[in-house]
Amino acid sequence: MSGYFRIRYSEDSALLDTRTQKAWFAAFLVALAVYPFFAGALWLDLANQVLLGSIGAVALMLLTGYAGQISLGHAGLLAAGAFTTGILCKELGAAFWLTLPASAAVGALLGLIFGLPSLRLRGLYLAVSTLALHFIVVFLGGEYETKRGFSTGIVIESPIASALGWYFALLAAAAATLLLALNLLRSRTGRAWRAVHGREAVAEALGISVQRAKLSAFVVSSTLTAVAGCLFAYFRGFVSAEAFSLYLTIQYVAMIIIGGMGSLLGALLGTAFVVLFPYVIDGGMRLLGVADRLASVVFAVNYAAFGLVMILFLVFEPQGLVGLWRRVQNWFQLWPFKQRPLAK
Amino acid sequence: MQLAVNIAVLASIYALICCGYVLIYRVSRVLSLAHGELMLLGAYGLYATASLFKGHPLLALAAAAALALMVGAAVYLALMWRMTGESVLAAVLATIALGILLRGAMILVFGTQTQYPLRDLGWSNASVPVFGARISTVGLALVLATAAVYLGLFAFLRWTRWGIRMRAAGQHPLLAAQRGIGLHGVYALAWGLATFTGGMAGMLIACDAGLEGTLVIIGFKAFPAALVGGLDSLVGALVGSLVVAAAEVLLIHHVDPLLSDVVPFAVLLAMLAVRPWGLFGTREELDRV
Repeated sequence: MSGYFRIRYSEDSALLDTRTQKAWFAAFLVALAVYPFFAGALWLDLANQVLLGSIGAVALMLLTGYAGQISLGHAGLLAAGAFTTGILCKELGAAFWLTLPASAAVGALLGLIFGLPSLRLRGLYLAVSTLALHFIVVFLGGEYETKRGFSTGIVIESPIASALGWYFALLAAAAATLLLALNLLRSRTGRAWRAVHGREAVAEALGISVQRAKLSAFVVSSTLTAVAGCLFAYFRGFVSAEAFSLYLTIQYVAMIIIGGMGSLLGALLGTAFVVLFPYVIDGGMRLLGVADRLASVVFAVNYAAFGLVMILFLVFEPQGLVGLWRRVQNWFQLWPFKQRPLAK
Repeated sequence: MQLAVNIAVLASIYALICCGYVLIYRVSRVLSLAHGELMLLGAYGLYATASLFKGHPLLALAAAAALALMVGAAVYLALMWRMTGESVLAAVLATIALGILLRGAMILVFGTQTQYPLRDLGWSNASVPVFGARISTVGLALVLATAAVYLGLFAFLRWTRWGIRMRAAGQHPLLAAQRGIGLHGVYALAWGLATFTGGMAGMLIACDAGLEGTLVIIGFKAFPAALVGGLDSLVGALVGSLVVAAAEVLLIHHVDPLLSDVVPFAVLLAMLAVRPWGLFGTREELDRV
C-alpha cells in the first residue's frame, strides 16, 4: 500500500494530483518556455510544426479515438479553415481577429455537414463519406483559386513575423486546445462520447442522446481543425489546394495511430513522431551515404518508409507509442516481477 | 454516339477496377484502399515483363497477369491475414499504409517518367469505327476484357468449388470455417483475383494513356462506383460503374471538364444519403471502430 489516498471528489477529477506530478509539470513548463532561446533555427521550426500539427491531431483524437467516429476528411477540414482565412484576407483584407472566428464558424458548419452522415452510417461507410467530402471541399478551394486567378495559391500576410513569436503563439494555441480537450473529456460530453464509442445501444439506454453526442464530436473536432487550418495558412503565409492532399489526411490519421488510440498524450507523441520522421529519414540517408543518389526521389523514400512504419505499428503495437510507454512504465514499476500479482 | 462510346469505355474501366473492391469486401469485409496502387503495380508488372520478353507480347501479358495474381495473394499472406478480426479502422488503415508503401516503392524502382508499355509490346493503338463513333483498340479491348472478367467471375462464383467456398466465407466466416473451409486460402485467393483484375485494368489503361504514378487516381475514383452499386454485389459494381461513368462523362461534356475528379464522389455522397448500402448491396449492421 502506498501512502496516497484520495478523500475528496475534486481530487478524483484533478488533472494533476500528486506533488511529484505537479513538480514535473512545472519543470516541463519551464523547459517549454526556455526551449526557443536555446534551440537553433531548424529545431525551432520543428517545434512550431509539432505544435501546429498537435492541434489537428488532438481534434482528430477526440473524434476518432474517443467518440469512435472514423473520419478520413481531416485534410478537407484543414483546407476549409485555411481557405476561409485566405479568401477573407484576399477579398476583404480581413485581420487575424476576424479570420480566426470565421474559420472556426466554417469549421463548425462543416462539422455539422460531415457529421450528418454519421447519424445513419457507421464504420466503413462513414469513413468513405468523409473521404468524399474531403475531395469536394478541396475541389471547391481549387475552383476558387483558378476562377480568381491565383492558380499557384493565395499568398497572405502573417501578423507574426518571427519564428520565436510563432513559437509562443502556437504554444498558447496548442495548450488551449489541449486544455479544452481535457476538460471536455472529463465532463458529461466526453463521457457521452466514450459511451457512444463503447456501444451505441447501451449509451442510448443510459440516457445519452447518441445523435447529439456524435454531432457534437464532429462539430468540436472540425472547429478545432479549421482553427488549425487558419493558423496553418498564416504560418505558411500561403494557401494552395495542393497542400491538402489525401496524404495529409493519412498523416493525421497516422499521428493518432502511431501515438496510440484513445489518449491525448498519444496524439502529441504521434504528432512529434510524424513531423520528425522525414528529418530522421533524411539523416538516415545521409548516414548511409545515399542522400545524393536519392535526392530527386526523397519524397518516394518518405512515402515508402512512412507506409512501412504505419504497418509495423498497426501489426505489432496497435496501442501505439503510448502502449510502448506504458509497457516500459509497468516494467519499472513491477520490477523485479514480470506481471501484476494475481491477488491483492 | 461518341458520348455513349466514351461512357462505355469509362464504365468498363471503373467496372474492371471495382470488381476488386467488391471481391475483397464481399469475401473478407475489408475495404482495400490500396487497390489503386495494386492496379498500378500490375501495370508496372506488364512494363517489366514487356521489356523482359521482347518480341513475345502474349507471353509478356500472360506473365504479367500471373504476376499480379501472385502479388495479390502475397499481400494477403504477408500483411492482411494479421488484420483478420481486427477493427474496421485498423484494416482500412493497413491497406492505406500499404498503398503509400507501394507508391513510394514503385517510384523508387520504376522512376517518375511516363512509360509506354504498348510500344514495348510492339503493338499500336489504332482507332476503330463502331456505330459511327470512334473507339481506340485498347478501349475496345477494355470493354471486352470487362465483359469476359465479369462473365468469368459469375461462372466461377456460381459453379466452381472455390467459388462456392468464397461465397460461404463471405456469408458467414465462422460457420464456413467450421465446415472445413480454410479461410486464409479463400481470402488469399480473393486478394489474388482482385489484384489480377485490378492489374488487368491497370495494364490496359497504361496501354491506352501511358504509364505513370497519377494513374492511382483512377483507381481511387473507381471505388465510389463500387459503393454506389453496393459493396458486396458484382452486378451492383457493373451498374454503379455505369451510373458514375455516365454522370462523369455527361457533366464533363456539358458543364466543366475540371469536375472530372469530384463527380464520382458527389454521386457517392448522394447515394450514401439516400441508400447507404448501395443499389444492389445487402443491408447490414455496420461495425464500430
